[in-house]
Amino acid sequence: MTTPLLSVSDLCVGFGRDPSKNEIVKGVSFDLAAGETLAIVGESGSGKSVTALSINRLVDFGGGRIIGGSIDFKRRDGSILDLAQAGEPVLEKIRGSEIGMIFQEPMTSLNPVLTIGTQIEESFRLHRGLTGRQATAAARDALDRVRIPDAARRLKYCPNQLSGGMLQRVMIATALACNPRLLIADEPTTALDVTVQAQIMALLGELKHETGMAMIFITHDIGLVAGIADKIMVMQAGEAVEQGQLDQVLDRPQHSYTRHLLSAVPHFESGRAARADFRREKAKPPALTVDGLTVRFKVSGGLLGRSPGSVHAVENVGFDLMPGETLAIVGESGSGKSTTARAILGLVRPTRGRFSAHGLTERAGSVADATDPATQMVFQNPYASLNPRLRIDSILAEPVIAAGGRITTETREKMKALLKRVGLPEDSLERYPHQFSGGQRQRLCIARALMLNPSVVVLDEAVSALDVSVQAKVLELLVDLQKEYGLAYLFVSHDMAVVERIAHRIAVLYAGQIVEIGDAASVLSNPQHSYTKRLISAVPSIDRRNQHFELDTRQVPSLVRPPGFEPPEPQWRDFGPDHRARAEA
Amino acid sequence: MSMLRAIFSHASGRIGGTIVVVYIIIALLGMFDITPHNPLQQFRIDRLHAPNATYWMGTDLFGRDVASRLMKGIGQSFLVGFCAVALATTAGTVLGLTAAWFGRAWDGLVMRVMDVLLAFPAILLALLIIAAAGPGTWTSVAAIAIVYTPIFTRVVRGPALSIKSREFVDAARTFGSSRRYILTRHLLLNLVAPLTVQVTLALAWSLLTEAGLSFLGLGTQPPASSLGLMLADSRNLMETAPWLLIFPALAIMISILGFNLLGDALRDILDPKTRSRPA
Repeated sequence: MTTPLLSVSDLCVGFGRDPSKNEIVKGVSFDLAAGETLAIVGESGSGKSVTALSINRLVDFGGGRIIGGSIDFKRRDGSILDLAQAGEPVLEKIRGSEIGMIFQEPMTSLNPVLTIGTQIEESFRLHRGLTGRQATAAARDALDRVRIPDAARRLKYCPNQLSGGMLQRVMIATALACNPRLLIADEPTTALDVTVQAQIMALLGELKHETGMAMIFITHDIGLVAGIADKIMVMQAGEAVEQGQLDQVLDRPQHSYTRHLLSAVPHFESGRAARADFRREKAKPPALTVDGLTVRFKVSGGLLGRSPGSVHAVENVGFDLMPGETLAIVGESGSGKSTTARAILGLVRPTRGRFSAHGLTERAGSVADATDPATQMVFQNPYASLNPRLRIDSILAEPVIAAGGRITTETREKMKALLKRVGLPEDSLERYPHQFSGGQRQRLCIARALMLNPSVVVLDEAVSALDVSVQAKVLELLVDLQKEYGLAYLFVSHDMAVVERIAHRIAVLYAGQIVEIGDAASVLSNPQHSYTKRLISAVPSIDRRNQHFELDTRQVPSLVRPPGFEPPEPQWRDFGPDHRARAEA
Repeated sequence: MSMLRAIFSHASGRIGGTIVVVYIIIALLGMFDITPHNPLQQFRIDRLHAPNATYWMGTDLFGRDVASRLMKGIGQSFLVGFCAVALATTAGTVLGLTAAWFGRAWDGLVMRVMDVLLAFPAILLALLIIAAAGPGTWTSVAAIAIVYTPIFTRVVRGPALSIKSREFVDAARTFGSSRRYILTRHLLLNLVAPLTVQVTLALAWSLLTEAGLSFLGLGTQPPASSLGLMLADSRNLMETAPWLLIFPALAIMISILGFNLLGDALRDILDPKTRSRPA
């Protein structure tokens, strides 16, 4: 049998002053043959990134130390080197030329003041000794290889002129510059939109076939790896609890944690799993009506201070939301879904449009500063949405104080009851936010939103930042609370699989406008607008592991319009009792 | 309590903290006239006496006890320094917070005025203010406060701007929390750490500025004593009575060293980025 490209055995990595006491990776072993792809799957804190960073020893720069085990890497000349023992000069030669790496955040992995051409050329200069025109030509070929259209011109662009997906392609081009034999991809698509994610995954798949390199792919999304990996390793708390061939792990998981992960991952089932526990009654007044909501931001910096136009972030969005109903607003970043949510809560001043909550308060766009206790919001990032210096009782008391109330024993009783209801211990009141995990913090945010008995709760990507198993539990809690209190949810999300679990109705937002709206099952199973179709086909899924993603390099159109521009009146087409889509040109 | 423990388990915090505590005790003793001798009493026979068991730090030209005058002077300098820094902190915090919160024209106005104030060297600006208002203890408090206000404004405005865009502030706005509540509970409470560090360092600078002003005869007026004044008096007697120069100079130096060490320690302790790292 030939020796594998990479053979990791009993790898232990620790952090801090006393690494053996603070072990993050506890005895991980795996082999990787040339051309193979290994996916390392696990939740945050499982040690998956640390394992990967140990292979090219970048972990040393993060304060980690390898305290045991070996990492045997077969070099290009056939010799075997133990990377765990190798010195920094050798490692510098290997990084980039034999082991490439792509990181999660393409925006911060590139130097913002250098053109991308310069940055790709640097790799060629360092490792292949190319100079001047040769290097430029090689950089252009590298961009061509990652399917960036118009490569010669893009070389002169600075990172801020390219989108996240394009930048990630540039990063891949840089990593592949020297034909590495091993590519480590650390959550390369987590920061990207689903449609862009699908493109990057397709690209990585194609490149793998073209170059025959081995790949280690780190992700928290077990559904994503299905299309690309040969082998899977599942990690939990620093240990590899299960590893094996892709089909074997996905279809016949042996370890309980793998089964747990697989069941927690929201499987996208094209509308078959949509909720059917709600019927709209025409007679009831809606909990929230939004009519003709338009948000435009003036672009500054025109000639002589004149505004060259405005960004039409949200354009003529309208819908109504019944008590007890969930309307999901889906779309990719920049589609205006968050702006819509923020406008409804008065955080962004709408240019036009009116809302009425509960049929009682009628608010026109101009007086959106007045906030309405009937509408509350839960934010995306549970680490940023709680003031770290306030105790939980002060945090929960804030909406009450803001509404002009006083903190009485009754309020404290209510806090305790709500904490209990969202599944937190009663003594939480005396604690501070940093003593809670991400999922618990999101429960706190939900409890805070419920302090004033709202009728509408806006959930802005409320479960996106959570690990899958936590995500599933929070979703469950949200559904229970909805039934209990008859809450209406406006659920803003980019994740179709999550949306399928919670939404009764779906509104698809594209470039600031609703392009399709209707019953969740109907929209997901029978999408009509081309964008909805694209969005749905991009959802990664275990069941679709053998389907091939189509590479699509279309970009979202610019939303900047000249002053005074009014979009044409949309034409709608009906596709069922509660499902309509915008007609396309 | 945990704060004190953290300071005293930090290497430079231990030294700085001890110095500052000792100084504060001396300053309090001096302020309440608990000194070895009456600092104003002139022991005519013992003029320019070298340090001995009776006069720990010797006597000056008029036969006054240097140790007692030094204690009184430290009390005076600390009074001016603490009052000035308290004023500067309050003014700077209010200006910085409102500039960050309201933005636009108010922000522009406040920050440009602060830029102008910062453009002058500290001591020159203080001199200008005193020249206009006349010398005295309380004018020097005001002058030093005005000189250090821009630094506090900047220290507050920067982080306040970033906290303002955090989600918990957005959340507070969705509840309809009052502006005062958001500014105090959400912004100010999160600024305590940078402010504490800045206050400690500003105390060191303001002691130095006070000494400088008194040295020039624009701060505390004789016969009251202050560190700068004592230095000024010792100039002509440097060779015959070096103790007149050495003790006040050491007193200034050590106090500033103490506050700077304490400030550095606080910065390490309060900065979450360095908190968990090995020292």
